[in-house]
Amino acid sequence: MKHTISLLVENSFGAFDRVATMFSAKGFNLHSITIGETEIQDISRMTIVISGDDQIIGQVVKQLNRLIDTVKVYDLTKNDRTERELALITVLYQKGVLEELKNINDIFRGKVVDINNKSITLEITGPPAKINAAVNVLMPYGIKEMARSGTVALKRGEQIRQPRKELETTKL
Amino acid sequence: MAKSKKLTGADIFFEALKRENVEYIFGYPGGATLKIYEKLYDIDFLKHILVRHEQGATHMAEGYAKATGKVGVVLVTSGPGATNTVTGIADAYMDSVPIVVFTGQVPTHLIGNDAFQEADIIGITRPITKHSFLVRDVKDLAPTIRKAFYIASSGRPGPVVVDLPKNMINSECEYEFTEKITIRGYKPNYNGHLNQIKKAAKIISEAKKPLLYVGGGVIMADAAPELTAFAREFNLPVTMTLLGLGAFPGRDELSLGMLGMHGTYWSNQAVNNCDLLVSLGARFDDRVTGKVETFATQAYKIHVDIDPTAIDKNVLVDLPIVGDVKKVLKDLHSSMPGVPQIDDWWDEINGWKEECPMDYDVSDGKLRTQYILERLCELTEGNAVVVSDVGQHQMYIAQYYKFNNPRSLLNSGGLGTMGFSVPAAIGASFGVKDKPVISISGDGGFQMNIQELITAKANKSPVTFIVINNSFLGMVRQWQELFHAEKYSFTDLGSSNPDFVKIGAALGIPSWSTDKVSEVDTLLEKALNTEDGPTLIEFKVVKEEMVFPMVPSGGSISDMILERLNPKRMV
Repeated sequence: MKHTISLLVENSFGAFDRVATMFSAKGFNLHSITIGETEIQDISRMTIVISGDDQIIGQVVKQLNRLIDTVKVYDLTKNDRTERELALITVLYQKGVLEELKNINDIFRGKVVDINNKSITLEITGPPAKINAAVNVLMPYGIKEMARSGTVALKRGEQIRQPRKELETTKL
Repeated sequence: MAKSKKLTGADIFFEALKRENVEYIFGYPGGATLKIYEKLYDIDFLKHILVRHEQGATHMAEGYAKATGKVGVVLVTSGPGATNTVTGIADAYMDSVPIVVFTGQVPTHLIGNDAFQEADIIGITRPITKHSFLVRDVKDLAPTIRKAFYIASSGRPGPVVVDLPKNMINSECEYEFTEKITIRGYKPNYNGHLNQIKKAAKIISEAKKPLLYVGGGVIMADAAPELTAFAREFNLPVTMTLLGLGAFPGRDELSLGMLGMHGTYWSNQAVNNCDLLVSLGARFDDRVTGKVETFATQAYKIHVDIDPTAIDKNVLVDLPIVGDVKKVLKDLHSSMPGVPQIDDWWDEINGWKEECPMDYDVSDGKLRTQYILERLCELTEGNAVVVSDVGQHQMYIAQYYKFNNPRSLLNSGGLGTMGFSVPAAIGASFGVKDKPVISISGDGGFQMNIQELITAKANKSPVTFIVINNSFLGMVRQWQELFHAEKYSFTDLGSSNPDFVKIGAALGIPSWSTDKVSEVDTLLEKALNTEDGPTLIEFKVVKEEMVFPMVPSGGSISDMILERLNPKRMV
């Protein structure tokens, strides 16, 4: 099963390398890994997508925690979460299909970010499954180049449920 | 705080080491560390031990750290100086030995330029260090050294590399000592979960066939007294891993000796038949478990370890307790509701002891390693610090030398580094003053760091170097005989082995050699009574002797081979 793991690491020399080395040293297989700044100046957030059974994922989380530069590790899979990925997809087009491509782009709520007389580049954002679907649909047109950002994710805020108002019964 | 003076990086380096109470540095000078060595010339609060090869320095630091529990310190130059330490660092990582390795580095503006004697030692050692630092601002130097010592020695100990670019050592800054350091992502958990401990105590007291499985963590946590008190009060059988030997007195009747590949027959049978396995500071290594699917299958498993990653790594356990084993044992002891009733279990274990005792052939009157170790154990009353190399003699030591005390069997368990013994024994001898230090190597491993005999001589290290010479790489030969069609491919050292006595003599080390059973005691006594420097004894032993019992690699306990005559016989 695929797991999305989010970790906060010290923004220090070699912190990213240590995480990457741990995965290769322990023989874990990664799907994607991203790193970027956070709201805290000297801390970066990494989002890692990895698949494995419970024992493997348990080990991954523990091994990540064991690294000195790791401040916090969350397995987001257990939580309600928001996952996003961004893809830039350049598609070659022949005369006549431009409208079709624009339609597809609209369906995926993408943006046209570049165009010339041979190719068009679309920017599509969404959960990884949506990107996969877009790639699948665009494939027959001829994808020239593609860049995917890898998954970033955050835990959703806890939904505080307001108690429902009781139906006011009109007193007779 | 008083505003402090300006110091060079090299001065700060020594100020920081002084704060860490460093007594010894094992090192070798070079271009990148010249400034440190310039300062060292006038330093008298610590002693620098000049090694003959940087690998020797790391093993000496390991030997010192394993024998004393203090942090071992290494200082080498950049490039080849640094890369030569790699094996020792990997060894320390596998066996959780607290060492700090300072490596020189080219100046920061040259890093990445393929400068002379440049090597990316941080990159090279990343998977084999607990942590590493590249000092990129001299202001960071003092806090970095403090962090390095703290990380190396706390939690599950391990090696830390500190890379010191030449310009960091040479440049100046104001030095302020930082007493307190905080590392956000590093907070080892020392106290075990009390409810888990209480649950464990209840399960232990109700067990019919309990077994304590003790690893090196007990020794590292200085928990041997707690373990001994616990096992004795509750009458519990104790089996130990290679690194755990010494945690519990080997001659005590509760001790079953070592378990695993070359463990005793009865300890492996006990593992196989127990209904409760209590792992204390051990990590279910493959040399212990053999085939994991058949390892202690019917036992309820309690696992106490300070490192959460050790839990459920190789074997899934029922009750994990993450914490310092010394504290956990104390809590466990006071939580025990009663003494388990296990007389039947002891009968069963003693039955296995009688069924298959440890013995060896003496009929031909030839010299065997087992005999030498029995005599050594007798003469030193099990109190020596024995520093083993890797191979057959290592297993014989584990089987035949009954260790009374923790920190007295020093060897390379996890990595299995040949060439460990000679330098590690020298390192240990600096920390151990009240017991004899004895290095035991095979003829193969002895030649791997033989250059450090010069260090021993130069420092008058009171180490007895024993070479068990069977003219073979004995353990590999054993596997070739048993599993590789008796093709003794490149394991016969006989014709090319040097004259070890002459080598010792060339270095001015009193050296003796014998192949006679009758001379063993005399030579050992001679060596043990020499206290003003190293001695060397070569014992020429039977070539084809094999270590039994043996569980073949990846096999189950039931595949145990008990003797050579009928290796196919299963238990």
